[in-house]
Amino acid sequence: MCRLSAITSSDYFSPMENIHALETMKEGHDGSGLGLMLKDMAGPFADYKQYPTMSAICSNKGLGMLEDYMKAQGFIEKFSWEPPIKNVPGVERREHYIAKVYDYPALYKDRPKAEQEDLLMHTRLALRLMGEPDGSLFVFSFYPDVLTLKEVGDPLQLGEFFGIEKSGIKSRIVLAQGRQNTNYAIYLYACHPFFIQGYATMTNGENTAFVPIREFLTGRGNEGYMGYNSDSEVFTHIMHYTNRTLGYPLPYYKDIITPMKDAEIEKRSDGAALRLLKKSLRPLCIDGPNCVIGFTPDGTVFMVQDSKKLRPGAVGGKNGKYALMSEVCGVDSAIPDRDRSTDIFPMKYDMVIIAPGAQEVQVWNQLHG
Amino acid sequence: MESASRLDKNHQLSLKELPYIVQWREDRCTRCGRCTAVCPMKSIEATVYTQRVVSSEGSSPEPKVSRRLTQVVRQVTDIDRYCIGCGTCTLVCPTDAIFPEYNFQHKLYHVKNKGGIPFMRGGRRNDPSQTTLDKLKFTRISMLTDPALDAGRHEFRIRTLLGRNLPAEQLPLTVEGGKLIATAGSFVPPVREIYPIRIGSMSIGALSPHMWEGLAMGITYLNEVEGLPVVMCSGEGGMPPSILKSRYMKYFILQIASGYFGWDEIIRALPDMIEDPAAIEIKYGQGAKPGDGGLLQAYKVLGLIAKIRGVPQFVDLASPPTHQTKYSIEEAVAKMIQSMSMAWGFRVPVYPKISGTKTARAVLNNLARNPYAAALCIDGEDGGTGAAYNVSMDKMGHPIASNIRDCYLDLVKQGKQNELPLIAAGGVGKGGNLAANAAALIMLGASAVDTGKYMMQAAAGCFGDEYNRCNVCNLGKCPRGITTQDPKLYRRLDPDKVAERVVEVFKAADTELKKIFAPLGRSTELPIGMSDALGVNDKEIADRLQISYVC
Repeated sequence: MCRLSAITSSDYFSPMENIHALETMKEGHDGSGLGLMLKDMAGPFADYKQYPTMSAICSNKGLGMLEDYMKAQGFIEKFSWEPPIKNVPGVERREHYIAKVYDYPALYKDRPKAEQEDLLMHTRLALRLMGEPDGSLFVFSFYPDVLTLKEVGDPLQLGEFFGIEKSGIKSRIVLAQGRQNTNYAIYLYACHPFFIQGYATMTNGENTAFVPIREFLTGRGNEGYMGYNSDSEVFTHIMHYTNRTLGYPLPYYKDIITPMKDAEIEKRSDGAALRLLKKSLRPLCIDGPNCVIGFTPDGTVFMVQDSKKLRPGAVGGKNGKYALMSEVCGVDSAIPDRDRSTDIFPMKYDMVIIAPGAQEVQVWNQLHG
Repeated sequence: MESASRLDKNHQLSLKELPYIVQWREDRCTRCGRCTAVCPMKSIEATVYTQRVVSSEGSSPEPKVSRRLTQVVRQVTDIDRYCIGCGTCTLVCPTDAIFPEYNFQHKLYHVKNKGGIPFMRGGRRNDPSQTTLDKLKFTRISMLTDPALDAGRHEFRIRTLLGRNLPAEQLPLTVEGGKLIATAGSFVPPVREIYPIRIGSMSIGALSPHMWEGLAMGITYLNEVEGLPVVMCSGEGGMPPSILKSRYMKYFILQIASGYFGWDEIIRALPDMIEDPAAIEIKYGQGAKPGDGGLLQAYKVLGLIAKIRGVPQFVDLASPPTHQTKYSIEEAVAKMIQSMSMAWGFRVPVYPKISGTKTARAVLNNLARNPYAAALCIDGEDGGTGAAYNVSMDKMGHPIASNIRDCYLDLVKQGKQNELPLIAAGGVGKGGNLAANAAALIMLGASAVDTGKYMMQAAAGCFGDEYNRCNVCNLGKCPRGITTQDPKLYRRLDPDKVAERVVEVFKAADTELKKIFAPLGRSTELPIGMSDALGVNDKEIADRLQISYVC
């Protein structure tokens, strides 16, 4: 089982805090991989917040392919960054770890945001399809103010490998996953967190309803609903589909993945709508065991679990900084000076929602809506 | 060359031609006559033989030969009276002196066409080999990487949806104050939440009143006492007006088929109905006999049946092979679906049932575009029937497993797998594995399954099997009283006992479904299309169904 470590803060902080938290939870992951996703960044990216950032791993060939393609599409490179790699025993170094900031092609500069986002997703997918057959190019995210770093290895070692402290990268939100290898072949596209158009999630556990959910999502006509090298990628896409495509407010994510019993639905003021959702989105119901942590494009961070709550999750912190972790020791590591009596252990009806700025934690209860 | 006169039985059959040979134990038989009286085919008769007896009475052997007359039970070789192997004789014999034994060398099919009339029977395809459904295993067991659920303690929601589910994009919802509000007055197609195993269409003419009543009482008990929303389909031929106008109507699916039998009464009852039926099934085909309409032979068209169906007694009721108004799926089928929907104010799901066929996908794709089509029921070749030509049953039709899988994957391609539920029928429980077959079909993509023959076997002790045992449902001679309208026969069947067995069968199946779903880690929703859970040790089946090959 993997371990999850998310922090949301009003101040910028280093993702090393997440990595240290993962280290405290090491009994639950085997050091087979690390995924880091930063949102709302400072440091080298501070001046480019409105421009899309592409996060990728590539060979020389892949880098050439990427640059040619981006140029052909009219993207103008504004900034390029590579982490200060330090060779570490046990971590196999690839040729390039890059984050490139682009300006939109001229045609798209004044287009509505949704159209710009579609262009970014399409571009990411096109590059993925070009680079995937020979493994020359892996693109994880292409979106304003979001950076992704992934690699195979122990999280702490990878923190050193990427030179995270030295690089000065900081952000207000970080998702980090310490990987537990359950399928031997470690594939970068199978590593959490997963990303689509501003939505990112990472998940602890296996998704027993994966195949029907994947088949439902791939039938939605969205080219972004692809990949699925991990059964957890569907959680990101369900969030994207319900919140962005269907326009449902965030808490309905919980109602969709873990619909309540009819008698419970009756008691909700929006019961009539829930009855419809339960039928029309029946294939998106999960059976766990899963704990899902993620963020939405506006910087809201959430934690939600399956309805049998077969995966743990803990949330704790103080005004201005909250940690959402698989285990309390992770919260202790990230925010030791908090009032522990206010820690939250979300139960099967709960969805923890923390608005941007991390001023307070809202525990939305599904029974009450 | 011998003269023909010496071979005086040359044109008669020998017992070895018959499918069942009656084994009779003279030493046990008390000559009570019960077996000959009860035999539905009159295959055995009491007769008298001359018997040679050797005896010796003195102190030293002095054998004497004498002849005496003795009463025996003899099997006749008249093909019209062939032993069907039902075993009713065994059932009534007080001394276990008689039983029919299957004869693998029989030539029934060679000779059962007297008068140029092909062999007709009831039952289902006479193929006793293991079905594809029985070959499927559930191989994705939740182990240490994810905890299996507890079938005994976790809450399971084993329910399915019957009806057209709107895609989420079309739901009449608006966001107000951070909440989703359902817009009042918008049309949302009717959808029923039912138990995923249904009792498939068996008409009140095909079944005896006691059998039908037993099934009806059973499902009512399941709904009202056990909380299992099991529904059953009327089959073609209507229903008693007393039930049509009762509150129990919601547990029944009304079937309309090509003969429209029973629909006069249904239409007449319509204004007085206090509950809508669970659904309307339009039968276009039947898996057991594709290309044939329903057939109720004259033997079974007696008082009540004639009245419900609005026909004279003792006439063959043969429904046409197809609906006479139908010439295209785009128009006529759509109109029929709409007409039936309209009759109940668009409050009742209406769906067609077809026999399994290579053309099922074409039908499906058309229905997928018809917003009023509530489902598609596909009846595979192993389905049962009350009466059909043997050739139709044995040689016509399509297996359900690949048919349902193809259709489901077609819906997946269109993203409509949740909009149009598929109902699989035909051979569910053929090998006795009702829940496992149902679960396998669900994981191949069915939203629900129908079972008919299994219910007769499990709930009423139907003798029929795939060795052509009994299978005289068409003749009205059912020795169990299940498929007959003869009061002398059906009074043998206690409707209360049938109802009790129906309840037992569904409760057991419910537990078995939990025992299947729990180790797969599924409990909240029915695992429709969870094909990764399935495996089979036959590579060709695995490839065809797009599931894992395991060995």
